[in-house]
Amino acid sequence: MIDIRDLSVVFGSGNLRVEAVKGLSLQVAEGESFGLVGESGSGKSTVLRAICGLAPVSGGTIAIGEKPVSVPRKRDFFATVQMVFQDPYGSLHPRQTVDQILSEPLAIHRMDNRDKRIVRTLTDVGLGPTFRFRFPHQLSGGQRQRVAIARALILDPSVILLDEPTSALDASVQAEILNLLELLRKEHNLTYILVSHDLAVVAHLCDRMLVMRNGTMVEETDTEHLRAGEAKTAYTRALMKATEGFTRAEPATRTELQ
Amino acid sequence: MKEQAPLLEVENLNVRFHLRTGTVEAVRGVSFSLGRERLGIVGESGSGKSQTGRAILGLTPPPGEITADRLTFDGIDLLSIPRRQLRNLRGGRMTMVMQDPKYSLNPVMTIGDQMIEAYRAHKRASRKEAREKALEMLEAVQMRNPGRVFSLYPHEASGGMGQRAMIAMMLVTDPDFLIADEPTSALDVTVQQEVLRILDRLVAERGMGLIFVSHDLRLVSSFCDRVLVMYGGKVMEELASGDLESAHHPYTRGLMNCLPALEGSAHPLPTLRRDPAWTE
Repeated sequence: MIDIRDLSVVFGSGNLRVEAVKGLSLQVAEGESFGLVGESGSGKSTVLRAICGLAPVSGGTIAIGEKPVSVPRKRDFFATVQMVFQDPYGSLHPRQTVDQILSEPLAIHRMDNRDKRIVRTLTDVGLGPTFRFRFPHQLSGGQRQRVAIARALILDPSVILLDEPTSALDASVQAEILNLLELLRKEHNLTYILVSHDLAVVAHLCDRMLVMRNGTMVEETDTEHLRAGEAKTAYTRALMKATEGFTRAEPATRTELQ
Repeated sequence: MKEQAPLLEVENLNVRFHLRTGTVEAVRGVSFSLGRERLGIVGESGSGKSQTGRAILGLTPPPGEITADRLTFDGIDLLSIPRRQLRNLRGGRMTMVMQDPKYSLNPVMTIGDQMIEAYRAHKRASRKEAREKALEMLEAVQMRNPGRVFSLYPHEASGGMGQRAMIAMMLVTDPDFLIADEPTSALDVTVQQEVLRILDRLVAERGMGLIFVSHDLRLVSSFCDRVLVMYGGKVMEELASGDLESAHHPYTRGLMNCLPALEGSAHPLPTLRRDPAWTE
């Protein structure tokens, strides 16, 4: 479904030249959920933005469903690929109601039955039609993220790119959104690329994943290997350790001092 | 550990906001005491965990109203002392690390100047002494090049660097008590560990009391000695971190189970069931 080969993304030139992504390749099959993990600045979000045409591609190829993507992206691309952003407080228009937010993609793509589609999508994401005429500020963080997911889902895409969809949310709300994403993937046969810095979240939702650092691939692995505690690189092991919560490096410090 | 008078005593703390639309009770009857130890306060957004911390420091925004049967810090009644004296205490003997260094540092002052300002507001010292103290503190939070960080503006520092600078700034006056309000939520997992380790070491070395506020139960329980679980402005349960497995309140168990684990977690993840009876 998604085939990225040797992708590189370069911002700026001369002294300000930054290679955000260097020679990255990944293949995602239809209906699969693929994870990109790494710290900030590792280039994981840039990969998603490059797929959508939001970041300049300076080398390599991106193909969606056997077809190389067009530059600039055409309307049919966005009918196939949609994105959900990290911060639901920033990604929804503050002066538009949920209805207006969801109508816009429908208007752009000249879809019919708008009324029915909006109600159905709102129900799909677990909000229900009562939320249709509310403004984003009248919603909680979790509800906003549901609206953002609904906006991506309303065009019936086959690929959804998720850029840290739960990192701005509380742990309890995160569980609800992760469950929703999993359910939607089954119901609509969606292909996901999930970007996150939390290995536990990625392992929960994805079967395969790529660990990135400084724009390069560190390790490609899958959930089974992670569960078995197998990691080839020290960086992946550090990420695995971090999911267990805080661990004291020198456990004796406090008792020594007393 | 020898018995000593608690550093902080809170009894029946209430924070209310009188709004046009009615009264919001953000914190309702919270009681606890804190020695020179780490106490975690856990809850979802809106549980009153941050407002509890803010009320202790007298940072409740207007029109908030604080009432308590007892709110003392080292024997000083925080509710009746004059504002001026409270200001001296705050930032001097008790300080707070905020969530996001991007918003809580002064964007038009260098990190060094902010630290000097913080230090000289509470200690009688020349600029030179304050500068030395600030550099020493930046080194204590493991900045590779303290001199460079000293002259950076907050926007020039990365998230982890900014948060370490804030910790340095808050500890420069040698406080006895620190509130850390989601100090690592805006940071990456790997940087999180680094910042926590620094905080852990400094708190241990200086024998400070720490209140760690967060929504991440796993993180809090691995960092703190005791955990206070809050919901709807009330304390649901208080436990030692080691006894978390035997927590019996359904809310605590819910918070525990809703986190995905690397070793494998239930599909779908169990979500929290909130019982309105808990807040009555």
